[in-house]
Order: sequence, then C-alpha cells, then structure tokens
Amino acid sequence: MPDTTIQYVAKNMRVDLRLIAEMITPGARVLDIGCGDGALLEYLALAKGADARGIEIDMAEATRAVAAGLAVIHGDADNDLAFYPDAAFDFVILSRTLQAVEKPREVLRQMLRIGQHAIVSFPNFGHWAVRWQLAWTGRMPMTNTWNRGWYETPNIHPCTIRDFFELCERDGFVVEEWLAADDDGLKSPWRRSAWLANLFGEQALFKLRRK
Amino acid sequence: MSLIQPFPEVDHQHAVFADGLMLDCGVQLAPLTVAYRTYGRLNAARSNAVLICHALTGDQYVAETQPLTGKGGWWANLVGPGLAVDTDRFFVICANVLGGCMGSTGPAEKRADGTPWGTDFPTITIRDMVRAQKLLVDSFGIGRLLAVIGGSMGGMQVLEWAATFPQSVFAAAPIACASHHSAQNIAFHEVGRAAIHSDPDYYAGRYWEQGRIPAQGLGVARMVAHITYLSEEALTRKFGRKLRGANAVTFLEDVFEVQSYLRYQGSSFVRRFDANSYLTITRAMDYFDLSAEHGSLAQAFAKTPTRFFVASFSSDWLFPTSESRALVRAMNAAAARVSFVEIKSDKGHDAFLLDEPEFHAALGGFVAGAAKALGV
Repeated sequence: MPDTTIQYVAKNMRVDLRLIAEMITPGARVLDIGCGDGALLEYLALAKGADARGIEIDMAEATRAVAAGLAVIHGDADNDLAFYPDAAFDFVILSRTLQAVEKPREVLRQMLRIGQHAIVSFPNFGHWAVRWQLAWTGRMPMTNTWNRGWYETPNIHPCTIRDFFELCERDGFVVEEWLAADDDGLKSPWRRSAWLANLFGEQALFKLRRK
Repeated sequence: MSLIQPFPEVDHQHAVFADGLMLDCGVQLAPLTVAYRTYGRLNAARSNAVLICHALTGDQYVAETQPLTGKGGWWANLVGPGLAVDTDRFFVICANVLGGCMGSTGPAEKRADGTPWGTDFPTITIRDMVRAQKLLVDSFGIGRLLAVIGGSMGGMQVLEWAATFPQSVFAAAPIACASHHSAQNIAFHEVGRAAIHSDPDYYAGRYWEQGRIPAQGLGVARMVAHITYLSEEALTRKFGRKLRGANAVTFLEDVFEVQSYLRYQGSSFVRRFDANSYLTITRAMDYFDLSAEHGSLAQAFAKTPTRFFVASFSSDWLFPTSESRALVRAMNAAAARVSFVEIKSDKGHDAFLLDEPEFHAALGGFVAGAAKALGV
C-alpha cells in the first residue's frame, strides 16, 4: 500500500521539508545534507521516484536511516562534499544546517558544483524579535528559533535573509525561488519584499543555481 | 610428549570444475574444487542469492555447526531464519576460499599424484578467490547475486566482486575492511609467517612427510593475529591483569589470564588450520590493492551499477574507520549509491562477528532494501 506509506511519512515530516519536497522534480537525483533519519529521502523516493541519497552527521540517525534501507552515509557538509563529482545531482538540499557549518560559503560552492540546483533553508537572524531583543536588552537573543545560549549553540554562522541575498550576488548564484516562512513552515505573505521578509520571516528557503 | 594432532578429515560438500582457473600469477589451476554450503532455497527467477565471503581463518560453515570443531556457525547471529540475512527469504551461499583448507583446492589438498600441494601451491590473489566463487555461482545458473557480504578478508572479496563482476552484484556489503592491506597489516602477517617458518616442525613446508604439524609456529601466528582482532578495551575488560590460579604474581610462572587465553586460541587453531594454507592466504591479503589494480580507487567503481553498504567499528585498529571512509569517498566519486555507518563498539576488529544489534539492523535494512528494489 504505497499510498498509506506516503501519507504516513508526509504527516510526520517537518513542514519545512514539505516545502522543500515541493521544489523537487520527479525522478530527480537528490542529495540531502543533514538528512536526519531520512524522512525526506524516503518521501522523495516513494512520492517522486527520486534517486535520493543522504549525509548525516549524527551516527544514531544515520544508522536508523541505513536500517530503513536508505542510501545514507555518516559524514558532514564541511568534509564530504568535495569527494562527489561535478553535477552528480539535480538537487542538493541543506535544511536548517547552513548556520551550523564551519565554512558556509565553501559548502554553498560545493553544493552548486555537485548539484544543478541547491535548496537551502536557514533560520533568519534578521527577524524582528531577534533585532528587538538585541537592541532592547543588549543581550544575545533567545527565541523559539534561536534557543541555545551563545556559549553552547551549534549555530556559529547566523545570517539574515538580506545577508544571504548579498552572498548569492557576490558568489554568482542565481536565486530561482525564495520564500520566508514562520516556525511552523507556513508560507508568509512577504513574497515580494525581501526587506519585509527579513523582518517578519522566521525561516528562509532558497532555491539556487549557478549563473 | 603429546603431539597436537589435526582434526580427522571430513568430506566437505563441494563442486569440481575440470577446466579450472587461470590464476593472476599465470598458472592454470585445474581441476579446481570449491567446497561450499548453502542455506535456504533458490527462487524460480534465481534472483534471491546472497553470497557470504569468509575471513582469513573462516570457512563455509557460516550458519551451522562446524563439523571439525563442533562450534556454531561463525556468522550464525547474522545468517539464519528471520535474521538480518534471512535464510527463509534468501538463498545463501558460502564457499571455502581458494587456498583454504576446508575442502577447496589449496596447499593441504592432494594433487593427482597423491601428494599434497604444500609449498608448490601457486601464489593466489583475492581476485583469484573471487573468480573461483564466480565459477560456483555460475554453476547454480545465477546471473546476478542479490548481495555479496563479507567482513575483513571477506570484505576484500566483496570489493573485488564489485570491481571485477559489477553486473553480477546488485548489492555489496564490505564490512570492517579496506581497499588495500596497509604496511602495518603486512607487518603483523609477516610476524606470523616468520613464526611458522622458524618452527623446526615446519620442515621447509613438507611437514606432512614427517607426520608433524608446525603447531608452535602456527599457534604463535594465531596468537599475534588474535591480538590485532581485539581492542585494548576488550582485552582489559575481559582479562585486565587477572591471575589464573594464583593470588599474586610470583615471578616463577606465567599466571595472567590473558596468557592462557592466547595459548588456548593458538592451540585450538592449529588442529583445524593448515600452516601452508595460512601462509598462502595471508600473502593473498598482503597483495590486495584495489586502486593499484584499477589505476585509482574511484576507477575501480567507475559507472558501477552496484549499491554498497560500508560499515566499520569504532575500536577496530586493524581496519580503522578511516579506511572505510576512504572507500566511501571513492564510491561517492564514482557516483555509486552507498550507505556508510561506523558502529560504536569497544570490541575491536572482532566486533563484526559479534552480537552488535545496530550493525545487524543496518545490514539487515540494507539487504531488505536491495531485495525490495529487485522485487524479491
């Protein structure tokens, strides 16, 4: 009963992953960096007939994904992308991880070397609540999204939506699609204005390609 | 003095290939005998066959009692009804390697003139072992194996299967192995070989003429090798500095538990394993270098249709995780479909044979996924 499986997977999949899944074309070759237990991979393989592969830094999650029959390797964005050949994938996905990698700029470059398209989601540091807390209290912001103390957060490279646009411009990446969303992954109505999205969007999702 | 005697010979199930095999060293080895065991049933489409490759001192009795030693199958925790490699679903084949001493053609087997090959046995490679297995698999009319699975030297054979016969392997699981034998690996093997060579009972390899076996040398070789299979943590946990039959070290005799354990390992091993076979197979492992065979490791897997599952164990210092990771990266460079996990275990290289639930779940999931993809 493939239909019930798909419903089950989709229901349990993070909402931002559903938004990502919408961007993937059927039958595509996909690499999901930071794939966790492989919920998105499984969905893409079942629902889109994708050749879906993953990289996961957490060994327990990677083992769960492999035990589910998925093509997942234990590894990380900073160290493992360099070993893939050029244009090996149609889509390379990095969800909610860019802010935690050691070299975000190099990771993006590698993603667009090995993939035709890169799909990147990240929490937006430009959100009004973050700005307000920093401005008003003079302390590092603590919100639903940014919820770990500065001394223990894995998020070492936070950026805003406008920062990300600027990096894409500088490194010659074409923004094919973008959207801002709230924490529940619901699309937000600031579709036309990066300035407004940067103020009100908690999460950002970009689809990029090389120039 | 009581001599250690080998176990009495038994007749192992086998197939004979009259035309034999052209070896990498240029010798035509004919006829060729391949001793093997099978479990489960081959389906009508012949699409559910899984080949298990054994390690240096293993044999074809992967999932049943070994007829000589009376011990359980060496991978009976993994291969069997309802297990990760489910013999209710799959037709499992395991063959004694070429050069081995459990019924396949090797130094201990007799030639046409009735004398054993002994040191006249030609030099063999891991690829020769795989070619011998291919003859057996072909004889079953199996065009493509659902999976080839093996650990340590068995993993080397798995890699060689995928590189040499890519169309014949749908899924490959090289476990706790590497693309080549490292200098350290070779060095440990050389200590073992030197121990055999220096045993007065070795008689330049013609010990059977004297009715002897180089038990001391082979035993020492096994003891050294056994240390490399274990981690320091495993040895400490198992033995520590525990004494045997004494409350304090007396400086008069050997009393540490670990000493008697190693001696037992050595003395039980020599009853079932032939010294010339040990020399032949350890050399085959030392020669193994997949990237040298193919120009580069990625080249060995170029355009491969095979899907891979690579697993290493965190405390394995004989075939460390870095070697498995290098394999994975080469497979990625070849755009192969690969899964990779490093299993957390403090049991060293031996962990691949032991009850490691995470490993079994991951490997089982991989095999089940391959079966599903093929509609088996």
